[in-house]
Amino acid sequence: MDSVTKGMTPIVQTVSGWVKGFILVFGIYLVLYGHLTPGGGFGGGVVVAMALVLLVLAHGKEEGLKRMPMHVAGELDSVGALMFLVIAILGMFAGLGGSFFNNFIAKAYPGEPYTLLSAGTIPLANIAIALKVASSLFVVFMMLVLLRVVYTEPGKDS
Amino acid sequence: MHYALCLALFLVGLYGVMVKRNLIKIVIGLIIMESAVNIFIVMIGYRKDGIAPIMSKVMDPSVFLARSVDPVPQALVLTAIVIGLGVTAMTVAIALRLYEKYGTYDIKEIRNLKG
Amino acid sequence: MQIIPLFVAIPLGAAFFIPMVGRKNPRLSDTLANFTTLALFIMALSVIGKATEVYWMGGWVPRLGIPIGINLVLDGVSIFMLVTITLISFLVTLYSIQYMDKFTSKARFYSLFLLMVAGMNGVALTGDLFNLYVFLEIASISSYALVAFGGQHEELEASFKYLVLGSVASTLILLGIAITYAMTGTLNMAQVSTVIGGNFQPIHLFTIALFIAGFGLKAALVPFHAWLPDAHPSAPAPISAMLSGVLIKTLGVYALARVLLNIFGMTPLTSYMLLILGTISMVVGVLLCMGQDDLKRFLAYSSISQIGYIVLGFGLGTRLGIAAALFHLINHAVFKSLLFLNSGAVEYGTGTRDLNKLGGLKDKMPVTTATSIIGSMSIAGIPPLSGFWSKLFIIIACVQAERYGFAAWAAGVSVLTLAAYLRLLRRTFYGEPGEAQPAAKEVPISMKLSMVALAALCVAMGLLWMPSAQRTFLIPAARVLQEGLTYASSVLGM
Repeated sequence: MDSVTKGMTPIVQTVSGWVKGFILVFGIYLVLYGHLTPGGGFGGGVVVAMALVLLVLAHGKEEGLKRMPMHVAGELDSVGALMFLVIAILGMFAGLGGSFFNNFIAKAYPGEPYTLLSAGTIPLANIAIALKVASSLFVVFMMLVLLRVVYTEPGKDS
Repeated sequence: MHYALCLALFLVGLYGVMVKRNLIKIVIGLIIMESAVNIFIVMIGYRKDGIAPIMSKVMDPSVFLARSVDPVPQALVLTAIVIGLGVTAMTVAIALRLYEKYGTYDIKEIRNLKG
Repeated sequence: MQIIPLFVAIPLGAAFFIPMVGRKNPRLSDTLANFTTLALFIMALSVIGKATEVYWMGGWVPRLGIPIGINLVLDGVSIFMLVTITLISFLVTLYSIQYMDKFTSKARFYSLFLLMVAGMNGVALTGDLFNLYVFLEIASISSYALVAFGGQHEELEASFKYLVLGSVASTLILLGIAITYAMTGTLNMAQVSTVIGGNFQPIHLFTIALFIAGFGLKAALVPFHAWLPDAHPSAPAPISAMLSGVLIKTLGVYALARVLLNIFGMTPLTSYMLLILGTISMVVGVLLCMGQDDLKRFLAYSSISQIGYIVLGFGLGTRLGIAAALFHLINHAVFKSLLFLNSGAVEYGTGTRDLNKLGGLKDKMPVTTATSIIGSMSIAGIPPLSGFWSKLFIIIACVQAERYGFAAWAAGVSVLTLAAYLRLLRRTFYGEPGEAQPAAKEVPISMKLSMVALAALCVAMGLLWMPSAQRTFLIPAARVLQEGLTYASSVLGM
């Protein structure tokens, strides 16, 4: 599978080099403005993962694994999920009538509505979710790429 | 009506799951079924001549209440799509492993468990 | 009050934390997982007997009497389910300390396991329909992955079958929830119940049919049982115990009871439907289990039969019927997980599950034999073990509700179950030593500990029918379900 290890033609590699950055920035925009416009953690996370997938498709899997090794993606995955849970639990302690998932930042520092710094814990939760979704999708994609599907006779494997 | 089209799509997916023999076609049938239900949920929230449910500085709250479509089904569908994605990823991974073990994608051949 | 969301948050946190620290060090992940399930069990014990509490997530309390947020409801039947789930999950994690030594990546096993427990706790606690769907999916997806955990031929095939059927069930449930939202404009269970108010239009009957099909598939009632005899034997033994012991009951029977009894209210039609489905499951399950050669497949078919008993009890709709069904639920959780753990012990000690090869194991594996005998006698209904009391009260409840035919079926199935299990015991532990007997050896200490604990519980649960225990634990649960439509006022009133 040549294109898996060595990547595609130089034209594709050059053009994708320009486009990757745009995709990444667009994904981050979707995540950060998730409380104002449609998007949010899920959609933004998927777009960020697609930037990494484009890298792997164009340059081959070694390049992809050099930029984001598998164990780092696994750790980021857990870190994202734990961050989300910590934000939720902090709402219980905040003492402002605390309960699970309470939006304690919005109660303490309400920004102007409809600006970037306004909705309290929601942008932070969006970032945590985007981290988790992006790393999960990247790990799933790499697993499906790296799996060498070879059929062995049932008598031969132990 | 539009809901009848959703039901037709659901039945197409169900047909794929029940009748087709190739593992990958069963997975595709499952995806079609989930998409049909998601489309159904979004269509529930529709209001005639509605506007998108996005509040911004220039939007007047009373206009928003009178004319926007229902935002709750859209939030539900977002979650449902992600859940469907997770299930699909796992199904495809298991299907690949099944090919590795049995050498065939045909579900009638994969019958080690009987009784 | 603040303890309620911790039932979901603690296993979630542990599930994400364990892969980070436990990948290099399996003993660390063992201790973390066991500590978590023990903590959950103690928390569940501490809430027994509390009055109904409603917890609004995020502080979004209802304004002007209309709920605008997602709530978690801790009423009698939720406490009951929480105690069942946490008890069985603690004993199973204790067992899997040494059983799972054969498999690689224990950290991932515990992570998926704790995700499943978090999902089940969420299903038991939630008060909102879509939240129910999300937690249902969390628990289901983790169980699909756990069934495929070993990576052998049969596990993958069984997991694929289970996955496809489970996804169809979830899609049907989602469709039912969507139609309910379209008809009532709200997703909160209490408010839906208020809006529907007990008068059903044809669309509501369609929704009830969808819910019975979806939850019935998760609970493995008889027209929908095809995945269970493949999935439960192929999974590793602790996972079979969890699946058969708690998962099908929480995701299937409890959710069905909650939706049908508390939201829609019991009508003669739904009652009759549940009675018929329960009876068919009982009979088909026990008939199919008599001819099995594989130890775990036998136990899986017997699960189908006992779930039929529980659904029969719910279908009766009387206070005694529902209380007896709930009692049988927790009893079956205890003795079926005991039997599956025993089958895992037999497989660990001898390396096979084929009943033709086993036999005469009682000298080499004394602890396993003793606990198997207690578990089998309990499920067959021998006094004074717990199974006898719950089956007796289900039959008495049938007679009291004047459904004599169903009582006769229940009694007949009980006799057949006794015959089947006696034969199983003879083929496995007594009788001629089979091929596997010479190499058999007893199981390690952690597995022995949890099996003995479950066997002791089988005997002790018989005491649950004493009036004092009944009043704090069983009757509040039955009352919530039986006075179905008052759920709405008790939740919204606070």
